[in-house]
Amino acid sequence: MTCTVNGVPRTADDVWEGESLLYVLRERLGLPGSKNACEQGECGSCTVYLDGTAVCSCLVAAGQAVGREVVTVEGLSGGPDAEPGPVQRAFLAAGAVQCGFCTPGLIVAVDDLLSRNPHPTDPQIREALAGNLCRCTGYEKIMEAVRLAAGGQA
Amino acid sequence: MTTAIGRPIDRVDGPAKVTGAGRYSADVPLPGLVHAVVVGSRIPAGRIISIDTRAAEQANGVLAVLTHLNLPKGGSVPPLVPSLAGAAATGQTFFPMQDEVIHYAGQHVAVVVAETLEQAEHAATLLRIDYAAAPFVTTVEQGREQAYEARRIFGGFLPGRVERGDVDAGLAEAAVTVDLGYRYAANHHNPIECSATTAVWQGDRLTVYDATQGPNATLHTLAELLNVMPSHIRVVTDFVGGSFGCKAMIWDHPALAALAARHVGRPVRLALSREQMFSSVGHREQQEQQLTLGADAQGRLTAVRHHKLSPTSHFDDWAEPSLGVASQLYACPNYQGVYRLIRANTMTPTFTRCPGEASGMFALETALDELAERLGLDPLEIRLRNYAETTPGDGTPWSSKKLRECYRRGAELAGWDRRDPRVGALRDGDTLLGWGMATSAYPCYQPGNPQRARARLYADGSAVVQASISDIGTGSATAMTQVAADGLGVQLERVRFQYGDSDLPNTAAAVGSAGAGMVSAAVHVATTALRDQLIAQALADPGSPLHGADPRQVTVAEGRMALRERPDVGETYAALLQRAFMADAEAVGTWNPPPDTSGGSMTFGAQFAQVAVDPDLGLVRVRRLIGVFDAGRILNRKTAHSQLMGGMIWGMSHALLEGTRMGPDGRWANASLGEYLVPVNADAPEVVVETVESTDTVVNPLGVKGVGEVGMVGTAAAIANAIHHATGKRLHRLPITIEDLL
Amino acid sequence: MERGEKGTTQNMRSISYSRVADVATAIATVTADPDAAYLAGGTTKVDMLRIYAEPSQRLVDINDLPINHIELQPDGAVRLGALARMNDVAMSPIVAQRYPLLAEALVLGASAQLRNMASMGGNMLQRTRCSYFRDHEAACNKRVPGSGCSALTGVNRGHAVLGTSEHCIAAHPSDAAVALSALDAVIHVQNRDGHHAYAIDDFFLAPEDTPEREHPLQHGDLITAIEIPPLPMARDSLYLKVRDRESYEFALVSVALALRVEGGAVAEVRMALGGVATKPWRARRAEHALLGRPATHEHFLHAAREETADAVPRSMNGFKIELARRTMVRALETVTARGGTP
Repeated sequence: MTCTVNGVPRTADDVWEGESLLYVLRERLGLPGSKNACEQGECGSCTVYLDGTAVCSCLVAAGQAVGREVVTVEGLSGGPDAEPGPVQRAFLAAGAVQCGFCTPGLIVAVDDLLSRNPHPTDPQIREALAGNLCRCTGYEKIMEAVRLAAGGQA
Repeated sequence: MTTAIGRPIDRVDGPAKVTGAGRYSADVPLPGLVHAVVVGSRIPAGRIISIDTRAAEQANGVLAVLTHLNLPKGGSVPPLVPSLAGAAATGQTFFPMQDEVIHYAGQHVAVVVAETLEQAEHAATLLRIDYAAAPFVTTVEQGREQAYEARRIFGGFLPGRVERGDVDAGLAEAAVTVDLGYRYAANHHNPIECSATTAVWQGDRLTVYDATQGPNATLHTLAELLNVMPSHIRVVTDFVGGSFGCKAMIWDHPALAALAARHVGRPVRLALSREQMFSSVGHREQQEQQLTLGADAQGRLTAVRHHKLSPTSHFDDWAEPSLGVASQLYACPNYQGVYRLIRANTMTPTFTRCPGEASGMFALETALDELAERLGLDPLEIRLRNYAETTPGDGTPWSSKKLRECYRRGAELAGWDRRDPRVGALRDGDTLLGWGMATSAYPCYQPGNPQRARARLYADGSAVVQASISDIGTGSATAMTQVAADGLGVQLERVRFQYGDSDLPNTAAAVGSAGAGMVSAAVHVATTALRDQLIAQALADPGSPLHGADPRQVTVAEGRMALRERPDVGETYAALLQRAFMADAEAVGTWNPPPDTSGGSMTFGAQFAQVAVDPDLGLVRVRRLIGVFDAGRILNRKTAHSQLMGGMIWGMSHALLEGTRMGPDGRWANASLGEYLVPVNADAPEVVVETVESTDTVVNPLGVKGVGEVGMVGTAAAIANAIHHATGKRLHRLPITIEDLL
Repeated sequence: MERGEKGTTQNMRSISYSRVADVATAIATVTADPDAAYLAGGTTKVDMLRIYAEPSQRLVDINDLPINHIELQPDGAVRLGALARMNDVAMSPIVAQRYPLLAEALVLGASAQLRNMASMGGNMLQRTRCSYFRDHEAACNKRVPGSGCSALTGVNRGHAVLGTSEHCIAAHPSDAAVALSALDAVIHVQNRDGHHAYAIDDFFLAPEDTPEREHPLQHGDLITAIEIPPLPMARDSLYLKVRDRESYEFALVSVALALRVEGGAVAEVRMALGGVATKPWRARRAEHALLGRPATHEHFLHAAREETADAVPRSMNGFKIELARRTMVRALETVTARGGTP
């Protein structure tokens, strides 16, 4: 299968068509930034952009991504060794990262939220991120990170 | 000299986590890697009559199907000892797939190894397993009649019965008593990362990438289970996606991964599915508690009788120590605590964040509110009247205790004195508002073995400091970097803390809120030893400006040694080493922990909660949580406050959401994140956290008392007390859900 | 252990994938192959495949079909293309102004990511969240007809109290379908032989003796659109969802309500319930009890009791009956109060 991932055309061989996009990213394309934590769309850890829309990659069949543009958390900084992007910097500054396992999905979800709504209210943030479970932070610092990123202060 | 400790610096492992570069145990790329899946028993008791593996073995990509019939035999199962002891730490004294007997649902009965995960999962569906089911007990309700008093619990570390004074006499003399029964659902940890192990053999040497709270615990457990020399095993844990206790003990999957890898001659990854996380890594047991309090007319406790009843496995006498802190928190001369257990067809329960305190203190702190109500006392006042100036057991002084300051500050932040204390008096439209409070305390446990770290300073003045501990998201790597910088007297930016590897100097597992204290002690000892060694070298070096000086007069800052009174006299570490043609200097530090301090040393806190209750629809929403904690010294304000906040949300979740329900078939019925509810962002209230620093010279060199659990301890009781303030209802079970309030 | 498929070959499950660009090809492709199935947003389909709840399939991806528009019809009806995403419908001003109850139901469902993916047509076909349905070890008449119902005596706190049978008590999971039920929506379906339109009440089937049948669709039938008739009073409507968690959870009870009060009496009412029934539950008894009656608490309560009079509680879900009554009353009072202060 061929698709564009983080701006680069990629091909994965031997893909079984029942695989999920998450599996293709993690196991076939060497991009384990997107996390596998429930495989049922219940936690948001695998959130990626598919043609510009934030989706749970665990519920996307591999075939659905053929010919499409996929952006993962790895693509939100300038490159594998590049500096973190603005949302990523905000998460660092606010202390919104603890174990870091929900973080990649959250970063994509926040990037998506702010691209559609640059100055969300707190209730809008809370609802927009309801699909991203975090077990460590209690969410307060994540709220702070989103406010920081929205204010362009990170 | 302290410059780095306490500062709210950003997490050192943060950049790798926000960019997706961090490699967790299921992310490690290895050439030739294949995948294993475990298969769990569908029945809770009985035996396997037959397993037909032919279809699975012939499926595409399948390399092996392991069952009790062909699993390579290894070593023996070590005793159940908490991983804080620093030795082998099996989660239960049972290793699966040794025979056909089934002890609990989900018990691992087969491992399927295939080229891809999808192939392994598919092949697992092709197994035909026939069982002969036997009668079983999985709940308190089913096993009440067969309950027995435990001789010891908690891996043998705690007695099953604790008494002081005469509790019957204390109750007889009481002016007021309350006698209350409490019921608690079981809980599962559900860190976002499911447990995973990647195992690779090179000849007779094994490297394991394991999601664990203690790389050394994994190492020693594997050494015994596999009968492999510890010297031939290395456990690497670069990143752990949360644990909350389910990775504190070592379950069977790392050993199964290693056995499978040896069997197929390829590196094997074994990742548990979310559903399997409910039957493979322990749980907080379902339980009942009966609590009787007696008090005199002034509200001073005359007796506390606290009994607990809970199911454990067929292998181990495990109960979380629900009665511990509750027995020691208040000045009361007469106390009796008894643990009763039920042999059940579940796996052995295990540590779950705030193990014991969360449930026991829910009982004590809500019962105290009822007592206060009976006596017409303010809830805060009754706690102050029972304030334990010294430990209630033997009257020895606390190692440090600023609980009174926590009460005062918490009450101030909550506006406690200004609230209308009458039930149902506070309203916001049709919504009833309520305030509640509770005390928090969590013991300072000590590791069972010496804690070690190594410090190496290079000739350019940069330093690497090492210890085996893993960082499960607490921020310990960041805090240890700060401790190392201060110990050496160098800038933070010049220090790298290396961790998460059993080849590094030995530490116990980071559990029980003890990690920061014990590892900071080792890092402190190692880095100050290296500092002193370099100062000694300078004093002995005729080429040094410090030659012949009094070592007590030398201080170090920013990598430069100088006389305290004459800062212009001195030189940098770098100058010293370069002059001596030394590429580096190194020291190992060992910290020998004091004997058990958990009775006289605790992290304390005062917690306040405001809830809003929709009385018609039975909906409770927490609006505000306030916590003020005395956690000794705070190593990093940002990470410590995050830990406390996270703990408070765990408490809220314990109060209102979390419960694993056992079905009549003896299996957990809601084993998914869709059915086992944890809070989402929209549930999170405003959370205020403050710390009151105390100086503690007993627990460890830096006086760190720990922040991992204490945030959770009082939260559920504060919420339940607030619900009472709002509605007048006293609720004695967790979680509290809509049907309790209709 | 048996998980799902019987008599499977040793090869990987044969799941194949193809993409089609027009409705006729889609229907022809799926109709021709008994193992083929439509793949829209995938939030249910991929999940079901991954947990082996559905057999091997040829997935026919219909996401490129031009049936994703949200259109106001000349007669005032609104037509939702079956592939319009939940999120697009929720955010559409056409929907939000005319049918706030539907927009609210959509926003209160699932999570942002899932709403981005899930289609309206797929939403009508989503499967129950009954944990026994998803659990291969359990008896479930919906998954394996005739195998029994583990939920009857099992953990059934979330299960239905209305429209149940001795064969199934699984609650219907959709929020949107509840709002659409109150709106008398019509489900448009196309197949090889032409076009069919189902009134929404006829589309969702109660379990009775055949819980595996959830709707009247035959193999190859493709939902193309959902049409909502004009309903001016729906401009003042609401969707009230009660659940343990603040967000991202299926309803314990939900009420979709459109209400017009005139001169203190109920002049028009549409009400449907979610979370408590085996299908989106149009509350006709309550509607009947309310029409023409004073818009007061007593009458609301009476209507709510009427609606739940035949409810059948199980071991853990009896509270839902009382909760449903109270939620109905709350919804009725909320809309009534809003009408009083425009």
